Amino acid sequence: MGKRSVIPFGPQHPVLPEPIHLDLVVEDEKIVEAIPSIGFVHRGLESLIDKRDFNQLTYVVERTCGICSFQHGMGYCECVEHIFDVEVPRRARFLRTIWAELSRMHSHLLWAGLLADAFGYENLFYQCWRIREKVLDLHELTAGGRVIFSVNKVGGVIKDIDEDKLKVILDTIKDIEKELKVISKTFFKDYSVQSRLKGVGILTPEQINALGAVGPMARASGVSNDMRSLGYAAYDEIDFEPVVSNDCDCYARCYVRIMEIFQSIDIIRQAIDKIPKEDELAAVIKGNPNGEYFMRLEQPRGEAFYYVKANGKPNLQRMRVRTPTFANVPALCEMLKNTEVADVGILVVTIDPCISCTER
Amino acid sequence: MANTVNPKYEIEEITVDNLVSRSEELIKSGYRFSQANAAYVDEKFELSYSFSNYDNYDLLNLRLVIDTDTEVKSITEVVPAAVFYENEMHELFGVNIVDIALDYKDRLYRIKKECPFGPDKKEEE
Repeated sequence: MGKRSVIPFGPQHPVLPEPIHLDLVVEDEKIVEAIPSIGFVHRGLESLIDKRDFNQLTYVVERTCGICSFQHGMGYCECVEHIFDVEVPRRARFLRTIWAELSRMHSHLLWAGLLADAFGYENLFYQCWRIREKVLDLHELTAGGRVIFSVNKVGGVIKDIDEDKLKVILDTIKDIEKELKVISKTFFKDYSVQSRLKGVGILTPEQINALGAVGPMARASGVSNDMRSLGYAAYDEIDFEPVVSNDCDCYARCYVRIMEIFQSIDIIRQAIDKIPKEDELAAVIKGNPNGEYFMRLEQPRGEAFYYVKANGKPNLQRMRVRTPTFANVPALCEMLKNTEVADVGILVVTIDPCISCTER
Repeated sequence: MANTVNPKYEIEEITVDNLVSRSEELIKSGYRFSQANAAYVDEKFELSYSFSNYDNYDLLNLRLVIDTDTEVKSITEVVPAAVFYENEMHELFGVNIVDIALDYKDRLYRIKKECPFGPDKKEEE
């Protein structure tokens, strides 16, 4: 056994997009243990239940994350809607599906760019983020904001997407699909990309199960689990299968996310094809919620958990968000064992960490 | 048509004595640990430990209602992934969880206020 030493990694590091700290216990260049620390940007959003009523909280939870903002709002609203036992109008459910998949595309393209940047492929980074801009333009066109949408409300949505805008979405995702096919070849076939990702950061399905990892992390290790299968929003009317890889390494995690962008394009096309022409945008909500519910949904980074408990008053008794990164940190620490220090940056990026989400 | 699932959704009330053993049973029967959280309701702590199944999406929530000074043994010896969750419940609510495998000693979130979500906060208001 070589001499052990500890290398502090983060919370600020050139390759880290988010403030997580890892104490890396190393023997020579090999990592034998990684001890995580978070808590640098804790905001206490959940404690705002005392100051904001259940309707206002929709806008609070949207600010949990700047990347999956829409999905946080949707997850919270669906959770409260379950407590009210209210049926959301069908058009609103399809609109939520379209916005959710646009968010997934934007998140995965952002991540793909960060990954390319982490392994030093700057052209690929620029290309990913250039394409991502087109998705952000669609956000702005349909919701008015590029980051925070503010279109959800308990009972449905507050904005519609008219026929002209739906056509713009279809035209834009067609362009994105064409361009994505070109850059996906680089991600999947390029020798230098493969040499950095293949066989690195192996997580077996047994480890995934033991550590409770979620989302593309789990699916890249052969675990076919996608919360969209629960049928929330309009996913019960959409035909899709979880994207799964059995390679269990960083390359597999890249493959799953890139293929999920293509899947999102397909889902948006299905949703636009099936969306009812005329319908209400929101159900009428009377009174205050009374009860509790555990809501699960598939955010770009994986399963998010919303828990709401209410006692018939405007202010909730408890609102809890468990974000996907919170669930994936133990898997990250396991994955880091027996890897080289030089791979740490890429390994951290392949879980697509969102620590701001995690800290809430 | 979509291949959606229709999973079980249950809240199972347990006692502080069988939290660890019930958690172990669930893990051994194919469940994975999903999350744990605390709520301060009616001057008691309500702890929820959620377990779900990757294959059929079933969700089982173990519910523990305890007095605020009750000692709860950590499940991290059988569910290592619960480390952050139990540290969070201890730090934010003041739940008396003992024997956490990696105890951050109230420094998980680096906040100044002690137990900001716990009983003292409610009393102040």
